[in-house]
Amino acid sequence: MTYKAEFRVWRSAGANTSDGALVDYTVEVNEGEVVLDIIHRLQATQAGDLAVRWNCKAGKCGSCSAEVNGKPRLLCMTRMSTFGEDEVITVTPLRAFPVIRDLVTDVSYNYTKARQIPAFTPPAGVAPGEYRMQQIDVERSQEFRKCIECFLCQNTCHVVRDHEENKPAFAGPRFFIRAAELDMHPLDAREDRKDFAQREQGMGMCNITKCCTEVCPEHIKITDNAIIPMKERVVDTKYDPLVWLGSKIFRRS
Amino acid sequence: MTDIERHPYDVVVIGAGGAGLRAAIEAREQGKRTAIVCKSLFGKAHTVMAEGGAAAAMGNVNPKDNWQVHFRDTMRGGKFLNHWRMAELHAKEAPDRVWELETYGALFDRTKDGKISQRNFGGHEYPRLAHVGDRTGLELIRTLQQKIVSLQQEDLALHGDAEAYLKVFAECTITTLTKDGDRISGAFGYWRESGSFILFETPAVVLATGGIGKSYKVTSNSWEYSGDGHALALRAGATLVNMEFIQFHPTGMVWPPSVKGILVTESVRGDGGVLRNSEGKRFMFEYIPAVFKAQYATSEEEADRWYADPDNNKRPPELLPRDEVARAINSEVKAGRGSPAGGVFLDVSTRLPAEEIRRRLPSMYHQFKELADVDITAEPMEVGPTCHYVMGGVEVDPDTAAAKVPGLFAAGEVAGGMHGSNRLGGNSLSDLLVFGRRAGAAAAAYVDAIGPDRPPIAEDQVAAATTEALAPLTGVAGENPYTVQSDLQQTMNDLVGIIRREHEIVEALGKLETFKERAKRVTAEGDRPFNPGWHVALDLRNLLLISECVAKAALERTESRGGHTREDYPKMDPVWRQENLICSVDGDQVTITHQPLPVMPTELLSLFEKEELSKYMTTDELSTLDTTAGEGGRP
Repeated sequence: MTYKAEFRVWRSAGANTSDGALVDYTVEVNEGEVVLDIIHRLQATQAGDLAVRWNCKAGKCGSCSAEVNGKPRLLCMTRMSTFGEDEVITVTPLRAFPVIRDLVTDVSYNYTKARQIPAFTPPAGVAPGEYRMQQIDVERSQEFRKCIECFLCQNTCHVVRDHEENKPAFAGPRFFIRAAELDMHPLDAREDRKDFAQREQGMGMCNITKCCTEVCPEHIKITDNAIIPMKERVVDTKYDPLVWLGSKIFRRS
Repeated sequence: MTDIERHPYDVVVIGAGGAGLRAAIEAREQGKRTAIVCKSLFGKAHTVMAEGGAAAAMGNVNPKDNWQVHFRDTMRGGKFLNHWRMAELHAKEAPDRVWELETYGALFDRTKDGKISQRNFGGHEYPRLAHVGDRTGLELIRTLQQKIVSLQQEDLALHGDAEAYLKVFAECTITTLTKDGDRISGAFGYWRESGSFILFETPAVVLATGGIGKSYKVTSNSWEYSGDGHALALRAGATLVNMEFIQFHPTGMVWPPSVKGILVTESVRGDGGVLRNSEGKRFMFEYIPAVFKAQYATSEEEADRWYADPDNNKRPPELLPRDEVARAINSEVKAGRGSPAGGVFLDVSTRLPAEEIRRRLPSMYHQFKELADVDITAEPMEVGPTCHYVMGGVEVDPDTAAAKVPGLFAAGEVAGGMHGSNRLGGNSLSDLLVFGRRAGAAAAAYVDAIGPDRPPIAEDQVAAATTEALAPLTGVAGENPYTVQSDLQQTMNDLVGIIRREHEIVEALGKLETFKERAKRVTAEGDRPFNPGWHVALDLRNLLLISECVAKAALERTESRGGHTREDYPKMDPVWRQENLICSVDGDQVTITHQPLPVMPTELLSLFEKEELSKYMTTDELSTLDTTAGEGGRP
């Protein structure tokens, strides 16, 4: 079962390359291994300073995000058996974020966006221990709380992937599901989550290509269950022709 | 030292898992300028790996549950070696800490009447674990993370700076605590990204660094779990308690080799999963120890009836405390009745409908499907013991989480005493909320108490810390740190693992001495920015120190109890129950001393039947009990 695989790994400028380049490695692969195992073997045997982020190695923490043969993936959940033994495997850092070193990128954009969403607002007059919610009502938000913040959806979203200029105005799919989660939270006291997503998070820039849903390792239906319902309800209030007409006639707005 | 960035804070919390975040929230709510130093990115800490739930006697599913029952279960689980006061505070305060999370936005699974649902777990008499499917730890960390963001939003509105009172220093590792005389004066470390150094000037440090799992080869723990807090505390002059007690979780994945050790949640058994050997036998019935005979079913029929009618049947032995189940699996494999990959079979596929399995255990379904090509709704899993948790840790005052060194506090896995010789599943998430909050509050109170008398930084300590941290990069062509780390892990796994023998522990201690020598000469290639080889070299110092504590304490304790099994001393010894083993360090030598276990007050002792206590206590203790506690029977 053991064989030698050809790996091409992005290395930043440093001891190995003067300018940042793909570096070729030949490395042992054993049965059942994932790409992260191979990266670790490179660290332990050939490239002690190869930088990679990882923690749980079980698909639960979302740290080891990178691109394998150009596809955004968790390195710990990408099995070597999905590739042919003679296939060259290229591992590169997430493209939408600035590279810090090798496979590690600066994902601070996401933490900045997280801080811009108004937090959960507890219902007035409900004491701790007195919260009552039905399972069916919490399940909608629970789907979005499965998010492990791997930021693969942020990385793949074409609104920012090759458009740095869109970043200030666009929060990205991870934070649209955060907005949806709070909007659907049975006890959140804020009423303006949808408006906020439209007005402040740039949800209007999303044109529903579903790339985010495709790369989500938690299989969260980001587009269908969060973005589209949020957009529809924004449309209901913002662009409904009757509401528009009414607002003109009765001067409501 | 002018090139070192310096940050004055009131309280510095090291570690950003559940305990650290809860401590930081508390310190900030008490008006203290608080720094959270986290080894990884914010929100990635090991707490996310917790699956089953947070144990809290809310009584939502079975109204008979209350703090006394929870206290009793915790003491039983720990084989009565727990610090009674920690177990008491934990059982009393856990429900409030869980309910509080709902006010931060947490969404637990619900009961039919809309309360927080609670599930069964090993060693807990009633359904007690608040949970979200099998990803409770993720919910907990995300909730606390989002609470911190919300406090930062308040600070932005109030002070124009989101980080005025609460700042996260992500991918930053502390290597040394500095002191002013006896008391804490600061924390020195490096930024992962740049490799440059950072100094926190602070009178109060809360350690919340988690465990030591990376000293073992097969572990459910991530690379971060290198005993940093344990080692920082020791080097700062604090003490560790109970380091011989390590929990090997009975069910880790065993195949494929690259995922060996990854956790398979106890919820699989809580929700009906059973353990079978290669002969198809439910072997756990053979392994019910005398102390637990009264609480566990003796036939498969009764065990199966318990899921639907827990009031009239005893619980299945698959739900014995973790130490018992881990040893049983170990024995079955040793007796040649193991699975092909060297574990046993854990089967839920014949116990629940496929749809129900996917709903209740989504991340287990996902994990086995993606990593092992096993569909757990259709076939059994192969599982075996994996190093999961250290019961031992920094010796703290139960009420304040204060260590022996003024200004030093510890909460969560890094603290010792709460779980005795074995932790019950679900008691970790509640532990870190209860004692995280207490540590944050006590650190704030300590800062108030010292007032303007802030400890100055001794510059020679900073210089020494710098030299020490740079050593692996400045040395010439030494050994690869990964090799030493891997030899250490193999040694601890083989010689101070789940079943221990005197000659093997002695052998391990001999090897540890050679590893210490080798570790002094390791060098890392490359330079300072994000250099994992360098980081491994620095973590290695901690791993070695802590491994020595574990091995020395394991050699000293000549009995078997909870997470410490001596093949040469297989019995639990009531005389040893009165003893705590305390580790301290002088230079680079670990010393073990004996210290009496704090004596449980009569009103708590009276929660137990005398017959049960007689299984744990010496005749002397029992006779004192007769004179002080009368019948000793519980109400």
